[in-house]
Amino acid sequence: MMAAVAATIPPFERFYAEHRDEVLRLLRRRLGATAAEDAFQETFLRALHAYGRLQHGEHLRAWVLTIAGRIAIDMLRRERPRGELPELADEDDRPAYEELADLTDELPPTERAAVVLRYGYDLPYDQIAAALGSNEAAARQAASSGVRRLRRRVR
Amino acid sequence: MSVPADLDRRFRDAAVAAGLLDAGYDVVDSPVGPLLVAATDEGIVRISYDADLDAELDRLARIAGPRVLRAPRRVDEARRQLDEYFEGRREGFELTVDLRGTAPFAERVLRELALVPYGHTTTYGALAAQAGVPQAARAVGTVMNRNPIPIVLPCHRVIGASGGLVGYGGGLERKERLLRLEGALLA
Repeated sequence: MMAAVAATIPPFERFYAEHRDEVLRLLRRRLGATAAEDAFQETFLRALHAYGRLQHGEHLRAWVLTIAGRIAIDMLRRERPRGELPELADEDDRPAYEELADLTDELPPTERAAVVLRYGYDLPYDQIAAALGSNEAAARQAASSGVRRLRRRVR
Repeated sequence: MSVPADLDRRFRDAAVAAGLLDAGYDVVDSPVGPLLVAATDEGIVRISYDADLDAELDRLARIAGPRVLRAPRRVDEARRQLDEYFEGRREGFELTVDLRGTAPFAERVLRELALVPYGHTTTYGALAAQAGVPQAARAVGTVMNRNPIPIVLPCHRVIGASGGLVGYGGGLERKERLLRLEGALLA
């Protein structure tokens, strides 16, 4: 029984070889090329640390992408202590902005753009303002009323 | 887009430095072909000729644990000593061996085998006698054939009573080559 369960956990090398490219892609999207390298090491060291305690070898892809996603969020929080980053589930290949695109379909165009740029692309408000052709206060206002509207709809 | 080589290497080095591996391995070039060399915290656990990588990884995971990673740094010391051996600059290995996954009888025979000196040969029968089982020459032959750590545990130094090379897990050509390197074969 024990042996049969343990056998489904692949040797780490095989697990690493299978998922390393996708993990790095995700981290580069979230953090940029340089920070992604640190996060990559951290992700697989953390995975290695926990690997000996895994009970089975299922959902390993989702598992490692979740570790990577959490590390990315932690690094972004450390960079921007006042930031209010949402915990986006990112257990599949889709970039965060694509997931947000579905959710935000029905928002007014300016609010939708502000929400997606802020929470999907992690852009700061001055860059969002530039993209919208307005100012920082207006961008902040658009993002926050977009989020309020989404909350109302979720309820 | 794939992971850049230097990032990949840094992760593998960091995994070794952090002591997180059940077993680390690398493929080491040698005059008798590429050798897969694997080590645990206890010592060298595997040297393989013509390695079937998938099968080797599965076996390592089974006997040592699932945290098996290609990690060149883990086997740096073994690589250095093997290089010296093949250059004729080393007669004995200062490496511990990890014989987990080996049955008690095989382990007893392999411990005796480790005592056969460089440049000398012994016979299956003599080794059996030394291991305390003088009637078990044939079983000793089987243990030699399945030696998990050839070269370091010198099963190439065990030959037939009539002087024939008999057999070798890595092929007779390699056995002959190692014995010539050690000066044990003159003809």
